[in-house]
Amino acid sequence: MDSILPQLLTGLAGASSLFLVASGLTIIFGVTRIVNFSHGSLMMLGAYIGWSILTRLPREPEWFVLGVLATVLATALIGVVLEVVVLRRVYRAPELFQLLATFGVVLVLQDVTLWLWGPVELPLPRGRWLRQFVEIGGSRFPMYDLILILVGPVVLGLLWLLMNRTRWGTLVRAATLDREMVAALGVNQRTLFTAVFALGAGLAGLGGALSLPNSSANLNIDLAIITDAFVVVVVGGLGSLTGAFVASLLIGILQAFGIVLVPKITLVLVFLVMAVVLVFRPNGLLGRPQAEAREATVAAPVIRAAPPELRALGVAALLLAIAAPFIVGEYYLTVLTDACVAILFAVSLHFMMGPGGMASFGHAAWFGIGAYAAGLLMQWIGAPMPVGLLAAPVAAGIVAALFGWFVVRLSGVYLSMLTLAFAQIVWAICFQWVDVTGGDNGLLGLVRPAWAHDARVFYWLALALSVGGALLLRRMLYAPYGYALRAARDSAARARAIGLDVQSLRIVAIVIAGAACGLSGAIFSYGKGSIFPTYITISHSVEALLMVLLGGLQTVAGPIIGALVYTGLADILVRSTDLWRLVLGAVIVLLVVAFPEGIAGAARRLWLRGREA
Amino acid sequence: MLLSVQGLNTHYGRAHILQDMALTIAAGEVRVLLGRNGAGKSTTMKSVIGLVRPSAGRIAFDGVEIAGEEPHRIARRGLGYVPEDRRVFADLTVMENLEVGRQGARGGMRAWTPERLFELFPNLGRMRDRPGGRMSGGEQQMLTIARTLMGNPRLVLLDEPSEGLAPVIVEQMANAILALKGEGLTILLAEQNLHFAGGVADSATVVEKGRVVWSGTMEALRADEAARTKYLAV
Ligand SMILES: Nc1ncnc2c1ncn2[C@@H]1O[C@H](COP(=O)(O)OP(=O)(O)OP(=O)(O)O)[C@@H](O)[C@H]1O
Ligand SMILES: [Mg+2]
Repeated sequence: MDSILPQLLTGLAGASSLFLVASGLTIIFGVTRIVNFSHGSLMMLGAYIGWSILTRLPREPEWFVLGVLATVLATALIGVVLEVVVLRRVYRAPELFQLLATFGVVLVLQDVTLWLWGPVELPLPRGRWLRQFVEIGGSRFPMYDLILILVGPVVLGLLWLLMNRTRWGTLVRAATLDREMVAALGVNQRTLFTAVFALGAGLAGLGGALSLPNSSANLNIDLAIITDAFVVVVVGGLGSLTGAFVASLLIGILQAFGIVLVPKITLVLVFLVMAVVLVFRPNGLLGRPQAEAREATVAAPVIRAAPPELRALGVAALLLAIAAPFIVGEYYLTVLTDACVAILFAVSLHFMMGPGGMASFGHAAWFGIGAYAAGLLMQWIGAPMPVGLLAAPVAAGIVAALFGWFVVRLSGVYLSMLTLAFAQIVWAICFQWVDVTGGDNGLLGLVRPAWAHDARVFYWLALALSVGGALLLRRMLYAPYGYALRAARDSAARARAIGLDVQSLRIVAIVIAGAACGLSGAIFSYGKGSIFPTYITISHSVEALLMVLLGGLQTVAGPIIGALVYTGLADILVRSTDLWRLVLGAVIVLLVVAFPEGIAGAARRLWLRGREA
Repeated sequence: MLLSVQGLNTHYGRAHILQDMALTIAAGEVRVLLGRNGAGKSTTMKSVIGLVRPSAGRIAFDGVEIAGEEPHRIARRGLGYVPEDRRVFADLTVMENLEVGRQGARGGMRAWTPERLFELFPNLGRMRDRPGGRMSGGEQQMLTIARTLMGNPRLVLLDEPSEGLAPVIVEQMANAILALKGEGLTILLAEQNLHFAGGVADSATVVEKGRVVWSGTMEALRADEAARTKYLAV
């Protein structure tokens, strides 16, 4: 085992990079209570800005240091702008809407970066000092990695001093505990928050710039790193710097050895560790219980039945949808079919999120499992479409039952993160297990039977399944089970006191949501004729969240409206502008700022107000 | 008048809590706000410091209108607030808690330092590095007062400092307040404990259901048996 030492050193270097990003994320969360999705984007910007600066400087170490410092300053400034323009406006919004707003920022920054630097990845030309090696224990080791290994602990030390030995750090820690009291003692929280955000952004920029010599500036950094950073922060315990450091070491070393020992399932390994940690320590290694109040943000008001006018509108819309194939052309028929899929996708997420109170960040997992179940059955035994459509919800439901057993122990952000992690596992399996899933190339040739070959017939089938599914889910909400589920959401303790088995109620909700979502995945796949791992990406999961949150949690009509609005918006945007991500992101941010209760919620309020007047 | 509150109205959602609250405090005065549970004492204080936004009314501090200003600005003007539920920063040590409250010295007053505060509250001096979360209720209460004093306030809003404390500690608390009064500090005290209030206050304002129902000197209140039975007897 000569390879242990080099592998260990590689792991430690990776851990340092992870820590730089994760530390910023955890500091920002500690004070502002915002889980900043756009933190990976800040690191990406750091890499690009660093590239632009460093390629213009002489390739000597001292200039490198200077260039990196300049990058840190630049990203910190961008952080200030972000905080002032976006985050400051959503501090009072519910947690999920904050996440959504920061995801809007991710989209905007994607396009801005693409627009400024182009699509080609940008490697940093390495000066001679970057190519030097050091001999350790008989094997050669890149000197730069050794430097990186040192950077992690040094930054941890500096942050510790900043937090524990300066007045500013004391104020920050106090604000983490009780913001209002800090304000009443004469401290301006607003500048404090902005400064904290700038610090976090600067750390992300540092991570980005320092990653350049070993990789490159590219457009995938944002979502790749944010997943890792989430894992580190959650494993370490949200808000804990030392926890983030320990978790970075754990994950960094695990990744380094994983690549040697089990190259195919490294990702799975990382997420399994996270799952195990969370099952035994639901608040991470060094985290503490979150205040109960933080969970309440997911809980929506009682779901009320739609007023008669709205029902009439729904029936009219349904009739219109049935007649649509005779009205619209081929292209729009595809869009409408996608909309049907989106409805079931969104309604199923709403089921576990609204009434169930469990916000999933990995809903696309069920979509993918349904799709792959249908595809694999066809590939292995030539199962026809009806069998596939039946197998999809069953498969997704079974996996959901297994996963549900883990996840129902958690709550709030931790639950969201575990669902994200789980979706990443599913994605990794589909992506990396090439022999079975075809990997990146996907599963092709998913055929529809002759009777459903016609696009119209298939559309009607999709419509029937999705509307039928949505109505079934709605029916369950008004059944005793639905009331019990909502009782469990509103107060787990009180629900237990009246004899409800809260965990089982929640597992059942996950199974139902998973099964319905799996069905939507299968419908989608038969519509397209192929299945790809992209069905399970974070972006796809976030789309489901967007639809639900756009529509609002309070009504069952919400996710349906959200799905339609989102599908329409995305379609128009993708076709009309190259910068659709930018526009979509900006729209999301604006919507969150303007309608913290979702479109349907806002519409309902306006409607009711109109009738009261 | 150092503080003058007039026609103050505050709502929580739709509930109309303060209804035309009014009170004044002259520099150097210690006034007690008396009233039963839920009368609106804490709400009055939160409205003055800006933690809840009054829907109407005037609050003048040293002649400047402060209603609607942000809490940190109001605090920076020299208005200190000690909340009723203590709210020490549990993870921060005694010294760090004091540091959070620190503000620059104000003209005409001797600035508070931790050492001076430890003379006032000797207990605290013996646990400088103890986290706030691992102190007794009485010690926490002393720490919140000390923390606010670190801001060198000219007026302190002191919300039920005797609540839930053992008689010995209440005694110490009363002495501390008298010492502060001796330094010339102006204090608005919220209390239910009439005995405690009687020992330290010069004047009293009695509130019931968000309205002022009685106001006058402490001696007048002592003499007014009827008012005490009507408004304060439990
Ligand atoms: N955050 C709040 N939201 C809604 N109502 C509130 C809130 N805080 C206080 N109230 C209500 O306002 C009224 C006045 O409360 P306040 O805390 O000012 O009373 P208090 O005189 O300080 O009572 P106590 O002696 O019990 O501290 C009470 O009826 C209380 O129920
Ligand atoms: Mg009170």
